[in-house]
Amino acid sequence: MIKVALVGAGKMGVSHLSILGAHPEVEVVGVCDTSKIVTNFLERYSKLNCYADFEKMLDRVKPDAVFVAVPTKFHYKLIKMAMDKNIHVFAEKPFCLNTTEGEELIALAAKKQLINQVGYHNKFVGTFKEVKRIIKSGMIGNVYHFVAESYGPVVTKSKQSSWRSKPEEGGGCLMDYASHVIDLVNDIVSPITSVKGATLESIYSNTVEDAVYSVMSTNSNVSGILSVNWSEETYRKMSTTVTILGSKGKIISDANELKLYLKDENKEDYTKGWNVKYITDLTDQVNFNLRGEEYSAQVDYFIDAVMKRKPNTINTFQQAWETDKVIELLKQHR
Amino acid sequence: MDRILFGDNQFFAVNHISDEKSRAQSIQFKSDNAIIKTLDSAREAGLNTFMCTTHDRIIGICDVIRNNPEKYEHYKIYPCMPYAHKYANAATELGIAGTIKQYVPGNVFGSLFKGGMAVLTKDYISLIELMIDAEMKMFKGINTPVIFLQNVITDLLIGLRAEEILMAFYNHVKKKYNAEPGFITMCMPKLYEILERNGVENPIICSSINKVGFRMSGSKEAYEEVLRTKRGRFIAMQVLAGGAIPPEEAIEYICGLPNIESILFGASSQRNIESTVSYIHKFDELQLTTALAS
Repeated sequence: MIKVALVGAGKMGVSHLSILGAHPEVEVVGVCDTSKIVTNFLERYSKLNCYADFEKMLDRVKPDAVFVAVPTKFHYKLIKMAMDKNIHVFAEKPFCLNTTEGEELIALAAKKQLINQVGYHNKFVGTFKEVKRIIKSGMIGNVYHFVAESYGPVVTKSKQSSWRSKPEEGGGCLMDYASHVIDLVNDIVSPITSVKGATLESIYSNTVEDAVYSVMSTNSNVSGILSVNWSEETYRKMSTTVTILGSKGKIISDANELKLYLKDENKEDYTKGWNVKYITDLTDQVNFNLRGEEYSAQVDYFIDAVMKRKPNTINTFQQAWETDKVIELLKQHR
Repeated sequence: MDRILFGDNQFFAVNHISDEKSRAQSIQFKSDNAIIKTLDSAREAGLNTFMCTTHDRIIGICDVIRNNPEKYEHYKIYPCMPYAHKYANAATELGIAGTIKQYVPGNVFGSLFKGGMAVLTKDYISLIELMIDAEMKMFKGINTPVIFLQNVITDLLIGLRAEEILMAFYNHVKKKYNAEPGFITMCMPKLYEILERNGVENPIICSSINKVGFRMSGSKEAYEEVLRTKRGRFIAMQVLAGGAIPPEEAIEYICGLPNIESILFGASSQRNIESTVSYIHKFDELQLTTALAS
């Protein structure tokens, strides 16, 4: 059994707790949160040991691994504290508020040889995994352009306020929504290294941006367009789409449906012209499903890495830091 | 329960395989009239139970049903609560406490939680009951013999091992609404075990059941084992696995399973409604004939 503790029982934290609670090889040994409403519930109904002080919890319950799902501005301090005590870390996204903090944590994880993972769950979505495989196989030739989009209905009217409306705490559409899409492009195309132009727009929020539009390029000179808007009520929930153009074909994919156009015949199970694959063909079975297979799959992967059954190569601190770097570039356009 | 239940995903742009189809559906079902027309097509095909989420749009549909008592005399709605995206999007923006504040009627923090945090723990059940009542408001005067808890909440509570809360839903629905509580889940075998342990006999459980094992957490075999060996009123949903299985083959598999009391499906067109219904009738009859012959 792996002993896991969690800090930050908000929306993502509680979701992780549920997935961890259903994991046959995990024992949830402690939860830390400042909200009494949440901790009282977890103590009373989930029989979990709850704490208000993170360090005290770590010293008391001595977990093998910790899930960090607090607002981004606290990531650095809490992750460092955990790793100093030789505890493996799964952190929510985005990784850190700035790249200096991230660098230090990457070095610390390497020095201490600790498993480190960040919650960019799109990498565990069947369609996006297949997009990556198709690109790496060279099926669509040389990739020369991407369009990466994400829309959803988070802020659809003014006068709402929480840490997500405070840019200094990691709020805003850039940190929350755009980070997912940037991370996906970094992974399936190549890391974005240059922002040619960008506009960060407030639509309903006073203090943060609700939309991010940008022209960018990657380290392999692929140009691309980013279009992200979390004030889009024509979407029922967050919806991410990537369009990838290559010299021999094109891919349009979201989390449910992958469309591939090939200029030429191919040896694999795709043929010349349009091909369509659905998530139903591309999803691996999970043991427990809350909100989608990918959320369980990323937790299973982390636990497997802690148990030395998987290599800890997906969503590492290093990769999440590459995404933080792009966020930093985009922030200059605020 | 009826053999076939009509679902509502198509009305609210829920399409598990295509965002494009979702968009087309939200255009098609922009008006309440379009929804009612499709419900009427389903009624003509013999489907008199509408299983729907507590989406704001259902308020208008309930009005139509209430205002035409003769036409909908034998019509039943199975509410499924809550409409989770409403809360999930709010939780991203406002946090958990903020979401409760926004959606629970009355001044919860002023009334329920007054006197400080010490009394808080006692009042979670009251809070859950208040939320159920808020979701049920729109169905006043409508026949709702079965009331469901949506899978996001059921499964969240399973993982959190908060069985008492699952049972609070069960008890409140029975007591206050004189209705049968049902649960939607993506983890049917786990849920069955929990309900059995808590003394629930013959539970109503709705879960994905299909030939390819899509969204059947654990394994398809584990699901089939429960169907074969346990007593329950099981509803199969996502029987076409989002379109991955041809309808005829999909329904043949479902009708061949033991213990499936109802099949839930949704469709936008009369043609699709009729063809799915006719497949279910065809394979049900076939099963019956085979059973009689042996």
